[in-house]
Amino acid sequence: MLILTCPCCHVTAEETEFHAGGEAHLTRIGPGGSEGEFESYLFMRQNPKGVHLERWRHVYGCGKWFHLARDTATLHVYGAYSAQTTAPPDHIRTAIKDRHPDWRWQGEVNQ
Amino acid sequence: MSTRLATGGRLLNKSAPLSFSFNGKQMRGYEGDTLASALLANDQVLVGRSFKYHRPRGIVTSGPEEPNALMNLGQEGRFEPNARATTTELFDGLEAASQNHWPSLEFDVGAINKHLSRFLPAGFYYKMFMHPRPLWKHVYEPIIRHSAGLGKAPKAADADNYEHFYAFCDVLIVGGGVAGLQAALAAGQSGARVIVLEQSPHWGGRAPVDGGRIDGASVEDWIAQTLAQLRGMENVTLRERTMGAGVYDHGYVLGYERLRDHTPDAPGPRHCLWRIRAGHVITATGAIERPLSFAGNDVPGVMLASAVRDYVTNYAVSPGDRTVLVTNNDNAYLTAIALKHAGLDVPAILDARVLPQDSQLVAQAKALGIRVLMGQGVSSVQGSKRVTGVAVCSQAGEGAVLEEIACDAVAMSGGWSPVVHLWSHCGGKLTWDKARACFRPDQDHPPTGADGLGFVTPAGAAAGMFALDDVLHDAHAAAEGVATTLGFKPAREARSPVAERREEAPMSPVWQMPQGASVKLREKTFLDYQNDVKVSDVRLAAQEGFVSVEHAKRYTTLGMATDQGKLSNINGLATLAGALDAEIPSVGTTTFRPPYHPISMGAIAGDARGDTFQPIRRTPLCEWHEANGAVWEPVGQWRRPYAYVQSGESTHDAVMREVTNTRQNLGLLDASTLGKLIVRGPDAGRFLDMLYTNMMSTLKPGKCRYGLMCNENGFLIDDGVVARLDEQTFLCHTTTGGADSIHAHMEEWLQTEWWDWKVHMVNATEHYAQVAVVGPNARKCLEKLGGMDLSREALGFMEWTDGELGGFKVRVFRISFSGELSYEIAVEAGQGQAFWDALLVAGHSLGVMPYGTECLHILRAEKGFIMIGDETDGTVIPQDLGLNWAISKKKDDYLGKRAQQRSHMQDPNRWKLVGLETTDGSTLPDGAYALGRGENENGQKVVEGRVTSTYHSPTLDRGIAMGLVLNGPDRMGEVLTFPGTDGKTYEAMIVDPVFYDPKGEKQNV
Repeated sequence: MLILTCPCCHVTAEETEFHAGGEAHLTRIGPGGSEGEFESYLFMRQNPKGVHLERWRHVYGCGKWFHLARDTATLHVYGAYSAQTTAPPDHIRTAIKDRHPDWRWQGEVNQ
Repeated sequence: MSTRLATGGRLLNKSAPLSFSFNGKQMRGYEGDTLASALLANDQVLVGRSFKYHRPRGIVTSGPEEPNALMNLGQEGRFEPNARATTTELFDGLEAASQNHWPSLEFDVGAINKHLSRFLPAGFYYKMFMHPRPLWKHVYEPIIRHSAGLGKAPKAADADNYEHFYAFCDVLIVGGGVAGLQAALAAGQSGARVIVLEQSPHWGGRAPVDGGRIDGASVEDWIAQTLAQLRGMENVTLRERTMGAGVYDHGYVLGYERLRDHTPDAPGPRHCLWRIRAGHVITATGAIERPLSFAGNDVPGVMLASAVRDYVTNYAVSPGDRTVLVTNNDNAYLTAIALKHAGLDVPAILDARVLPQDSQLVAQAKALGIRVLMGQGVSSVQGSKRVTGVAVCSQAGEGAVLEEIACDAVAMSGGWSPVVHLWSHCGGKLTWDKARACFRPDQDHPPTGADGLGFVTPAGAAAGMFALDDVLHDAHAAAEGVATTLGFKPAREARSPVAERREEAPMSPVWQMPQGASVKLREKTFLDYQNDVKVSDVRLAAQEGFVSVEHAKRYTTLGMATDQGKLSNINGLATLAGALDAEIPSVGTTTFRPPYHPISMGAIAGDARGDTFQPIRRTPLCEWHEANGAVWEPVGQWRRPYAYVQSGESTHDAVMREVTNTRQNLGLLDASTLGKLIVRGPDAGRFLDMLYTNMMSTLKPGKCRYGLMCNENGFLIDDGVVARLDEQTFLCHTTTGGADSIHAHMEEWLQTEWWDWKVHMVNATEHYAQVAVVGPNARKCLEKLGGMDLSREALGFMEWTDGELGGFKVRVFRISFSGELSYEIAVEAGQGQAFWDALLVAGHSLGVMPYGTECLHILRAEKGFIMIGDETDGTVIPQDLGLNWAISKKKDDYLGKRAQQRSHMQDPNRWKLVGLETTDGSTLPDGAYALGRGENENGQKVVEGRVTSTYHSPTLDRGIAMGLVLNGPDRMGEVLTFPGTDGKTYEAMIVDPVFYDPKGEKQNV
C-alpha cells in the first residue's frame, strides 16, 4: 500500500485515502477530432515498466486531483504536482532524471 | 513406535496433562505440546491422506512448513479446516479430525488412485477432461468437485470475533529467533521504536535445540537474558504468536496474531490483524530444511532431521525407536546425536557426501558408536502406512541395493533454504548461493520504498548465514545499519555477542537420490507432498515443453497447495533444471506471494461483518418508516422503504395499494436520498452545458429542466432535474446511487480539464429532507397547509419557488416522476419529520398514504420514464432510449458527443427502447431475452432484445414492461417470444413505452 503526499493539503496518507485516475497529461479530443485521434484519447494508455506520470485524487481528504511521478517497477515516488498543468514541472523532471538519465518527457529533446 | 520419552521436553509443562481427541479417539498430552507432538506421543504416525493418490501420510516437520498434518478442528461455529497440527497448540478438549479420506483414515477407497498413478500424470486433468464438452458438466465436474479440496468448508457462521490493529514503528523485526532478538536489541539500544513479531509462542527459534554457547552462556540463558533486557525497553514491543504475513508497498506489513487459538474459551477476539507501517523491515525469518528426493520419501515415519530433533528435545517425543539418518550436510548429525543422547537407536547415518576427513560432528557421531556410511543414500523406503526399513544404495549409482536396514523412522536433510518470502513479496531479488545450495536475498536488489531506497534487510539464517556466530554478527550489523539509515545512532554499549564456532564440512547438493535413479524409483519420489507431485511429473512437464518454471508449476501443480511449496520448491526447481540440463539460477524461482502462511478470513474481515460491514445511510424520516411497516431496499448505502406493509397484506399487495392510492388520491414519497449538487459561479452554465447533453445555460431562474449526463464514452450515466436558482447558481438533482459518483465526476472535469472556469460545487444531498407529494389531491393537501400560492398559474409544471408551507421554510419543485400532479418539497433536514407529520395530518381526509420505491418504479414505468440502472447498463446511449429530444443540437460539444458519433453508436441496428405488453396479461420475467431467427456461429439461439423493466401494473391490471429491441420502434404491433428461466415461454407485443396518460394531461393540471 503506497504512501502518498497530497501537494494541495500536504497530508501524507495511505493509498486507501486516495483514488487512482490513470495516465496524466491526456489531451481531450472532442467533436471535430478524427476517429484515430479520438480512439487514441479514449482508449490508448501508456503502460510502462518504469516512470509513469499519473493522476490521483485525495478523495478522502481535501478532494483535490493532483499528478504523481512514480516508478511502476520500484514504486519510487519522484514527486507530486498540481493537476492544473499540461506538462510536468522542472523539479519533477529533474528528480526523475536523477534516477533515469535517459528519461524524456514527450517531445523533449536531448540536451 | 513413536512415544513419549520419560525425561526432557524443554517446552512441556508435565504437571499440566491435557486430554484431546483425534478422529474421536481420546488421547493425552501436556501443556506446551503442539497437536503434532501430542499425536506422535500417542503413536499416531498416520495423520492424513494425500490429495491426489490418497497415500497414507505422516507428520514431516515441526513448523508452519508442514505439508501433511492438516486437520479439521472444532465444531460448528468454531470449525476450522486445514489447520496444521504442527502450529496448533494443544489445549484441553481439543477435537481434531484427519482430512481427505473415505470411509476412514486407515482404510481409504481413494487410495486406488495410487495404483492408477501411472495413468494420472502431470497435466492429466488438462489432457483428459477437454472433450467431449457435455461430459465435463455432467460427469467430470461433479466427480472432481466431490474428490477435490482438502478440508471441508465450514457451514456455520463463525462464532468468534476478530479485530484489526494499527501500529507504527521505525524498525519492524519479523522473527523472534536469536537473530531477531539480537537485531531488536541493537535497534532498540539506538533509540528506534521497534516491534518484534514471533510466529510461535516461544522466543529464540530453533537455536536452543541446536545448542551451543553465546558469550559463555548456554543459548537458552542468553535468550532469557536478552528477552529480559528487551522487556525493560519502553521503545521495544514484543509479540509472540504473531506471524509476519506479508510485506507490501512502501513498508506496509501485515502481522497475524493468534490470540485465543490455544485458549478458545477465554474472552476477547480470536485473531488480530496487525496493520503495521514500518520505517524499515528486518526479516529474521530463519530457514527451512529441505527433504531429500528418494523413493518412498513420503511414507509415514520419514521426517525432516530438524523436526526429529525438535520433537525429541522440545517435546520429549521419540518419533521412532530406530531412526536412520540420511543427509548431505553436517547439520543433520545433530539429530543423530540428540537421538543417541535420548537413549534411542540410530542404526546408521547415510551421508551422500564423501568427505576427505571426518568433520567435528562426524567424529562426534562416530564416537557415540553410530555407523556412518559415506557416499551412500536411500534407494527406497520400505513400508506403506509406516516405515519398516530402508534399502541402502550408493549415491553415485542407479539404486542397486547394498543392504537393508530395519528402522521405524527416517530423518532426512537436504540442506537448508532461507525463508526469503517476506523479502520477495514486494520485489526483493534472490541470488543463488552455490556453496550452500540455496537462494538467498540479493542485498543489492532490495524491495524499494517511496524514496527509491531498500526498506527490507534480511538478517541471520534468512540472509543465508547458518552458523550461530555468523547469525548473531549479521543480525547485529543489519540492525545497526538500519538504525543509522533511519537517523538513529547505535548505542555506545551495543556490541555483537560472540558464539562458540563449530567446524562444519561443506554440504553437497543432492537433488536426486541416488543420482541415477531409475524411472521406477522417480515415480515414487515425491517433491510436493501436499499436491502429490513427483520427480517424474516435473520431468514429464519439461519433456512436454513446459520449460518456464511458472508454466511447469501450473502444469504439475508443484508448490500450489496450501503450503505454497515451502518444502518442495527448491527441490522442484532443481529437478526442472536437471531435466532441462540448465543451471538452477537460470531456471529461477516462482513468485512468492503473501500471506507467508494461510491466515483466517475472519482476521482479514476484522470488524467488517454483519451490521458493521458497511455504513448505512438513513434519511431524516428513517425511524418513521421503520415504525410504519417499511420493508427495506438497499439503494447504494441508503436504506429506502420498498413498500409500507399493513397488517394482513403481502408486500405485493402493499405495492399495488400504494400505486392505486397515489393515482387516485394522494401519495407521499421520501425523496431525500436524491442527489442535490449545487453548482455555482460565473461559468456554471457553461460548465453544465459540457456535462449535460441538453443546454442548461439557457434555463431561466425559477425553471427546471430534465437533463441527461453521459461519460466521455458516450454512455448514459445519470439523469435528473436541474433547477436554476439564480443567474450563477444551479441545483442539479442526481439519482440516489449517483450522488457521490456524479459529484466526483463533475469535480474531476472541473479540476483537471476546465480548471480555469470559475465554478464551485457543493454536495448538499444530506442538507435537505425532500418529500414528493403526488396525486390528484396533491395541491389540495398543500393548500390545507397554506402559506403560499401553488396554483397552476402561480407555479407551472417544471417550475420551482421558495416559500412557506404550514410554517415550514420550503423550496417547492413542480416536477413529476409519476405522471401525476406532483410537488417535490425540500425542507431543512432537521425539519423533515415535522413536515412529513404535517403532510400526514393535512392529507388525512384526502386519502394520504406513503409509498415506497417499488410503487415509484411502477408509476414511472407506466409513464415510460427510464431508470438509470434498469434501462441503462453502461452500454446504452440516450439515443437508444428515444431521448434525442434531450440532446442539444445547438451545442458544439458536451461530454460524450464525440463518442456518440462513432460508427458503432450510429449503427441503425442498435437495440432501442420500446414498451412490451404480454399477450395474456402476465408479467414478463426481468432480464428475459427475445428470440430472433436461427442460431449464431456458436450454435446459440440468436436474440434480438431484452426486458429492462417489468411490473404488474395495477392501474392497467396487466403486466407492462420496457425493453431494448432490434429496430424496436419500427416494429410496433409485432409479437416477440421470451423464454423464461422457469421453463415457460412468454409472448409480448411491441408497443409504445408510455402506457398511461400518453398526452401528459394529469401532471399538468
